[in-house]
Amino acid sequence: MTATTSDRDPTLHLIGDPGEATRAANRRERLARILQRGGAFIVLIVVTLLASLVFGTRFASIDNFLNILEASSFLGLVAVGMTFVIIGGGIDLSVGSLLALSAVLAAFGSQYGTVVAIALPLGVCGLIGLFNGVLIARARMAFFIVTLAALLFARGLAFAVSNEGNKIFHINEDLAVIWLGQGSVAGIRVPIIIAGIAFLVGWVVLTRTRYGMAVTAIGGNEDAARLMGVPIARVKTVIYLVSGLLAGLAGLLVAARSSSGQSTIGVGLELQAIAAVVIGGTLLTGGSGSIAGTLAGVLLLNVINNVINQVGTLNSYFQQVVSGVFLIIVVLVQRYLSREQRL
Amino acid sequence: MTAASVGETVLEVQDVSKRFAGVVALDGVSLGLRTGEVHALVGENGAGKSTLIKVLTGAYQPDHGRIVYRGEPVTFARPLDAQAAGISTIYQEVNLVPVLSVARNLFLGQEPTNRLGLIDFAQMHRHTTAILQRYGISVDVRRPLRELGLGMQQMVAIARAVSGDHRVVIMDEPTSSLEPREVERLLEVVDLLRRGGVAVVYVTHRLEEVFRLCDRVTVLRDGRLVHTGPVADISRLELVSRMLGREVAEVARGETRFSDRKTDQATQPILRATGLTRRHVLDHVSVEARAGEVVGLAGLLGSGRSETAKAIYGAQPLDSGSVEVEGAPIRPGSPRAAIAAGLALIPEDRKAEGIVPMLSVRDNIVLAALPRMSRAGFVSERHQDAVVKGLITRLRIKASSPDQKVSELSGGNQQKVLLARVLCLDPRILILDDPTRGIDVGAKAEIQMLISELAEQGMAILLISSELEEVVEGSDSIVVLRDGAVVGQLRAEEVSQDGVMGLIAAARRESDSLPASGGGIEGDATEVDGHVGD
Repeated sequence: MTATTSDRDPTLHLIGDPGEATRAANRRERLARILQRGGAFIVLIVVTLLASLVFGTRFASIDNFLNILEASSFLGLVAVGMTFVIIGGGIDLSVGSLLALSAVLAAFGSQYGTVVAIALPLGVCGLIGLFNGVLIARARMAFFIVTLAALLFARGLAFAVSNEGNKIFHINEDLAVIWLGQGSVAGIRVPIIIAGIAFLVGWVVLTRTRYGMAVTAIGGNEDAARLMGVPIARVKTVIYLVSGLLAGLAGLLVAARSSSGQSTIGVGLELQAIAAVVIGGTLLTGGSGSIAGTLAGVLLLNVINNVINQVGTLNSYFQQVVSGVFLIIVVLVQRYLSREQRL
Repeated sequence: MTAASVGETVLEVQDVSKRFAGVVALDGVSLGLRTGEVHALVGENGAGKSTLIKVLTGAYQPDHGRIVYRGEPVTFARPLDAQAAGISTIYQEVNLVPVLSVARNLFLGQEPTNRLGLIDFAQMHRHTTAILQRYGISVDVRRPLRELGLGMQQMVAIARAVSGDHRVVIMDEPTSSLEPREVERLLEVVDLLRRGGVAVVYVTHRLEEVFRLCDRVTVLRDGRLVHTGPVADISRLELVSRMLGREVAEVARGETRFSDRKTDQATQPILRATGLTRRHVLDHVSVEARAGEVVGLAGLLGSGRSETAKAIYGAQPLDSGSVEVEGAPIRPGSPRAAIAAGLALIPEDRKAEGIVPMLSVRDNIVLAALPRMSRAGFVSERHQDAVVKGLITRLRIKASSPDQKVSELSGGNQQKVLLARVLCLDPRILILDDPTRGIDVGAKAEIQMLISELAEQGMAILLISSELEEVVEGSDSIVVLRDGAVVGQLRAEEVSQDGVMGLIAAARRESDSLPASGGGIEGDATEVDGHVGD
């Protein structure tokens, strides 16, 4: 077993040389990691191909794909923020409510012009996100409780502003802010482009910046990260601030898309975002995950939704049933894969 | 031995006190660190070493006294501040992020960036490889840290801590998880730092390292400083007696405690494990133990010592093999069945697998015994109290009360709590995996004494230790393992350090993987000294 090591540098072979057993285990581990990282993409491609075969051009058309992308962009924005939150070892339950609050505030603010329509929802959502972050990172409160409180608070505020949901604010179609939801560049709708940029920036930040390393380190082992000098409180505060801002941005886009702000939208969206992130291979325990996986997760949920709409005979709630089944399968597979990876 | 820059005091602790929940951890400690010196910090568990380090690094704030760094009083609010000021710390347990790559761990927080502010991975990997090579480590730096062995992880942690521009480097038992070869490398690194004018605080339990490496030594006991001075001016025996607070003669007597315990080879073994096999891990390992006998499992790290222990306990999956207690086979792969048959295991990694830090001493002790202590699901408080108090006295556990949190106890006392927990179950066979790891001399002797007492009371004990000396002194017979297989067994008079090393070395030559002189049981500097140093 150790005979193979004798042809290496004799002074170094003891240190750093894994035995054959470890090497085999490492191979398995690497395979497990690839599956964990790319599993969602593989499933996405398989489902897309199957749907294309079954439904033909009813499903596989540029128009329909653009529809899927557009439908994905709102959840996608929220999920980018959620990816950072989960990799950093937390959960943000407030994003669904923030999206609704943002939509209501955008529509409400639009009566004072485009600037207010954009600044008001982003400002308020950013503030709530910041508040979440400060309470979690500085006051060391449980993220679950803090963001649950924010969920209730934001939803309540949205209802209060819209007179218990009875008043639906409409956005004047002439306002520039409408372009954010309904405009398009080179045939591609603006929300798709914005979400695309968010994914790109998120990917770069997570994989190529110190901040991204710090987020991963905190989720991987917070105590160690603290001892290694990572500014935990600052990094965590920013995680929740950005998550709030992205939820706010998504809400703004929804409002611009529908020319109105309703306080009832986005219920359960936080759970969909968590589902997309987890399906994308990010560990719910933090420390490991990818933005690309989240993209695949978001697209997968929307493709399933789209397919179920194609079938037509199925109730739309069936989408949630399928999503639930998918989630359980993914988590089961993840459990197995993490054991292989000795996480 | 040291460079010309010795002498200037760089960090000074002045009259520092710290208490936790009424327990004094540090009591008016003053200490000066000079540039270019390696300063040993020794003491029993609970002496205050860890607290002192945490005060120095800003993890704790002193209740009283102050810290003067480079001539000015300083307050470090958190570890980051101390690090920024040039005080770097290597902790006893590897404190890195296992899911990140080796390179990312080494550079976390100070990653090289390109013009766009993005991390330059190529450069980072190149630098990491170069830095690690300086310490004799050659690994793929893109691999996640957790794929490396514990010793390697510790070397990465050390490389990280010393690679920056630091004036003070604090090492908290850096060699506790290293192999002899790695220890050598570490000692070289420390020497390099000293010559560079760095003040090194070296916390250790290994007297060899104190005398071989350090310039001055400070002894803490019960939170007080009891000795500080040049290493050259103190004898080994004096140093031990200062640490233990006992007379020299007493210490010398204590060393020959374990010797004449008789076991009757004629009696039937109470534990019989036969042909334990697991691909790549264990190869037909058989072990027997009789009542009243201590059987040692010796071998290098990775030889299958811990795996054998776990296999007997049912916590290690097996391809084949059987375990019998008094002739009755126990269901494989089930710790529950093992416990029911009278087996108990104290695992190697007490932090991860043993204690529940947030629970009290009492709760930790009765955790496993609850089903036996309750009637129809109700727990009798009085019965519990009696058992817990009895064990605390019997094992001499130092706690302010049974309700103190276990996390507040020293390592040695945490280990005793674990021991107390398994004793609650009245086991007939006790498996101890490295029970004295990371524990100071005094507590170590006490635990060794306890093991001996338990055997005398008729328990069969399987003892694993990373220190050969401990296995040899404490065992009636020794099973020697290498690469997952038994390479020999020593009984009664045959038991000796040379005998065990002979068996390991013989096996090693056969497979041509190490020069025989590098042998020495993993982790013990005594062995390294005796066989390599001369």
